[in-house]
Amino acid sequence: MSTKNFIYALHLADNALILAQRNAEWTGHGPVLEQDIAVTNISLDLLGQARNFYQYATVLFNGFSDKQKEEVNQFIPRLWKEYHRELQEDDLAFLRDEHQYLNLLITELPRGDWAQAVLRQFFFSAFQFYLYQQLQNNTDQQLAAIAGKSIKEVTYHLRWSAEWVIRLGDGTEESNDRIKNALADQWSFTGELFMPHDYELIDVNTLRESWTKKIEDILSQAGLVLPKQTWMQSGGKAGKHTEHLGYLLAEMQYLQRAYPNSTW
Amino acid sequence: MIDEQHIWNILEDVKDPEVSVLSVVDLGIVRSVKILDDKIDIVITPTYSGCPAMDVINMDIRLKLIEKGFRNITIQQQLSPAWTTDWMSEEGKKKLKAFGIAPPNPKQQFCTSEMFQQEAVQCPRCNSWHTQLISQFASTACKSMYRCLDCKEAFDYFKCH
Repeated sequence: MSTKNFIYALHLADNALILAQRNAEWTGHGPVLEQDIAVTNISLDLLGQARNFYQYATVLFNGFSDKQKEEVNQFIPRLWKEYHRELQEDDLAFLRDEHQYLNLLITELPRGDWAQAVLRQFFFSAFQFYLYQQLQNNTDQQLAAIAGKSIKEVTYHLRWSAEWVIRLGDGTEESNDRIKNALADQWSFTGELFMPHDYELIDVNTLRESWTKKIEDILSQAGLVLPKQTWMQSGGKAGKHTEHLGYLLAEMQYLQRAYPNSTW
Repeated sequence: MIDEQHIWNILEDVKDPEVSVLSVVDLGIVRSVKILDDKIDIVITPTYSGCPAMDVINMDIRLKLIEKGFRNITIQQQLSPAWTTDWMSEEGKKKLKAFGIAPPNPKQQFCTSEMFQQEAVQCPRCNSWHTQLISQFASTACKSMYRCLDCKEAFDYFKCH
């Protein structure tokens, strides 16, 4: 397998991990118990997907030649290099620096209110749904297997989040205001989903049409309209992040950095 | 020579840590058991990507086999083909229902990304079909929560996957 597959696996894992971490912030803070459990269940699914991708990335890396290892050196955590053992999934999650993360910017935006949370999930799940549909037929059999496994979970995430977008858009004046604000805040982060990057094995541009159709359909049921704004944020896929990712990593990685290699 | 069927019988005693009435065989997550001389190779498949029970199940299988005197065991996880509730045994579905959890409907009935497409779920207590979804996600990722409009009880539904 080529180094491209390794970097792509990292990108897919990072997307899932960072959103899992954001959604996990809702633990104990959901608007009602059932939804608290729902959003954290989604977080758990995403964490599982991230683990599968990271595990695969470590298998690839540990099997690489020295030349290949050199090629992906920029993504390998510095601290691990002092460990003198094979690369493990946790090293990738807990020891990489901000600029080594390749997640989409939309996944790292702060938790926000409930409208922000469900709208982000909806945008992201719709994207994952169409992406995994293609990825499950990829020639990289392990990436295909993970996508085939995950798409069943994503189907539930998509339904759940779409129902919430409609419920808020079509709800009270307050809920309508909030989802409108969320839409205005997040829209400029959706363009990055479809901007191709050289390590991607799927041409994300081809997903745009199905994604947009799905979004338009749900927004219209919610009584909302697609924002007109066309200028889009980007950078996450290349490791250029918003200020929010650093804070997220500081919290998530604290333990492994303070007590390297600790287990419990 | 170890008898393969004997190993399957032992696995019947390994329970899902989160749904204790189901064995790993009932759940359909044991994909294969292979015997080579004194070596036992078991392949299991996760239910959900993030299912926290998988590591426990892995260990429970190992401990149960060690308890029965087997030492040379490898347990591998395989993702593809992805686990589906269609692999759950009929016996397992009966056990679930008796335990108060509505068993999964056949997959073809449902499992689309379309919205508000409600599936008919039978109340495991009073058998009424007059039920209503409360939440798509319940105590574990593999269940959703329903209420019965006749007997008024809330219940878990092992959702199709």
